[in-house]
Amino acid sequence: MRPPEALPTFQEGPPTGVELEPGPPPEVPRNPRRIAWTRRRVSAARIWKTYRKNPLGMVGLFALILFALVAIFAPLLADKEGLRATCPCNGIPFSPPSLKYPLGTDNFGRSVLTLTIWGSRVSLTVGLLATAISIVIGSFIGIVAGYRGGVSETVLMRLTDWFLVIPFLPLAIVLASVLSPSLGVITFVIGITSWPSTARIVRAQVLSVKTRPYVERSRALGASGWHLNTHHILPNVGPLIFANTILTVAIAILSESTLAFLGLGDPLSVSWGTTLENAFGSGAAYAGQWWWIVPPGLAIVFVVLAFTLCGFAMDEILNPKLRAR
Amino acid sequence: MGTRRYILSKVLQAFLTLAFVMVFNFFLFRVIPGDPAALLLRGTSAFNPQNVQQVTKELGLDRPLPQQFLVYVEDTLTLNFGDSYFLKGQDVKQVISERIWPTMLLVATSTIASAALGLIIGIYSGWRRGSKFDVGSQGFTLFVYSMPEFWFGILVLMAFAGGFGPFPSIFPAGGYSTPGADLTGFAYVADVLNHLALPWFVLVVAYMGEYSLIMRNSLIDVMNDDFVMTARAKGVREKQILWRHVVPNALLPTFTVVLLSLGFIFGGAITIEYVFSYPGLGLLTVQAIDSKDFPLLQGLFLLFSAAVIIANLIADILYSRLDPRVRAG
Repeated sequence: MRPPEALPTFQEGPPTGVELEPGPPPEVPRNPRRIAWTRRRVSAARIWKTYRKNPLGMVGLFALILFALVAIFAPLLADKEGLRATCPCNGIPFSPPSLKYPLGTDNFGRSVLTLTIWGSRVSLTVGLLATAISIVIGSFIGIVAGYRGGVSETVLMRLTDWFLVIPFLPLAIVLASVLSPSLGVITFVIGITSWPSTARIVRAQVLSVKTRPYVERSRALGASGWHLNTHHILPNVGPLIFANTILTVAIAILSESTLAFLGLGDPLSVSWGTTLENAFGSGAAYAGQWWWIVPPGLAIVFVVLAFTLCGFAMDEILNPKLRAR
Repeated sequence: MGTRRYILSKVLQAFLTLAFVMVFNFFLFRVIPGDPAALLLRGTSAFNPQNVQQVTKELGLDRPLPQQFLVYVEDTLTLNFGDSYFLKGQDVKQVISERIWPTMLLVATSTIASAALGLIIGIYSGWRRGSKFDVGSQGFTLFVYSMPEFWFGILVLMAFAGGFGPFPSIFPAGGYSTPGADLTGFAYVADVLNHLALPWFVLVVAYMGEYSLIMRNSLIDVMNDDFVMTARAKGVREKQILWRHVVPNALLPTFTVVLLSLGFIFGGAITIEYVFSYPGLGLLTVQAIDSKDFPLLQGLFLLFSAAVIIANLIADILYSRLDPRVRAG
């Protein structure tokens, strides 16, 4: 991922992303691209310096790294065979935590610890991919609407408002239930229903960026719309999109668990949501089998909390509105 | 922009949005993979090609798309959504209207309670910004926000209805009232409230934080306004500044949010109703998902969306009356 850069409003000196400006003295021959990247690296370092001072943001970041490591190294932490209902490694169904099964077993005798570890893969993947879809759609619509203005802006913003008004969960439910359940479908459904807020934020930022002097200068020099968008507007809207992305992942993971809990997830894959669905459907709540319900739920809470803390910390640095306070 | 023009444009926008939802609904349920008619008959003894053809004709699926659309619009405007698949032979409109009241009882009362509690928490944490109470309530809000509400519901269900460990079960595990018990008068009301208690509690706690956060932020905004400084300079007591000057002004944005959340009065408790098997529209939605009951889902989706759109419209209009600055914008 491209390193986040600061918005030009916050920094002393010339704004970032200006490549057509006369370069530094000729004794250091460097091309404009290099200059731009150096500036970006510097501002990324500055953002990191500010971020490090935010204790909650750091806690969130460490938690995220921990969860990512668990998801990546799941095969080392727990045998994948343990996900099969017929695995000989399974214990007695519904048994409470013991030495061999630290978090007890489910209705097939599978270790809940194994389910929770492997569930992180599906939950995180769906959350990240759905966010990617949502961010791409949202940014595209936001940039086009903000940059072009006129009729296309009216039409696109109307569409955004419509999607914003339609309640999310019912919309996701009808979409997921007309399509057959699979991981791809659930990812698509979450992505396609959660882009409107991104589109609005991006458009607002584009509107402010496009009137800045360096964009006008570049236009006066004959830059094409494509060049203006990819070289001047996108790099300056990027940081805000990035902060928004982190917060969207949190919501996407919550949505995945909710849809899976309602039986709209992929029945063949183990996520935290499907584990909870299975537990609730098997009457674990009435039987007091807390070890089957608490771990996947806590995993969701901690991941969402971690993403939210990181998102807030980034937002505080990058969002001009919060910064002004 | 004059008041009348403002309201008119808002009403027009609401109608456009409704029309969009209707068109969306039409196409959505026509991209279903597989034949709806075959789906309807599958698993019954009447499943043969001839019957499928007949049902296709009855559902009007053999007609050209534009004609289907006209029929659909007419049906929707007259609230004729056809028969539910899963509650055989029952009209969707009738099925839905039977389930509306329990949901309204649950969601309306819990929304009001959580808004009231949230406002009070928000006022105290905003006024004493950075205090222990503020930090605590903010942390609590963040934690609850990160929690899937159905999971919280399951935990509450397990603790208070399942009989956890040495504790006996205090509340009934689900339903609207005790089935078969022929209660009347006060006993019936008590029974209904007893069943309402757990899902109500979960909804109040789950949404309280959202209101408190908005109230807190709006309060902090207003506290920095000049008139507060003036009041302080005049020597107005702190308590009076808070309740006479700051709170009334800070209530405005919060008020809109409360109004908007009333739009979720029908569709706002889908997972919680499922967890507590509370026979409202949410549980009906889950049953419709499980049985692939598309006419029912279609009707529910329209109802949920329409409620939100109407609540938005009311909020817009009321807000413009309360805060004239909005109309100018």
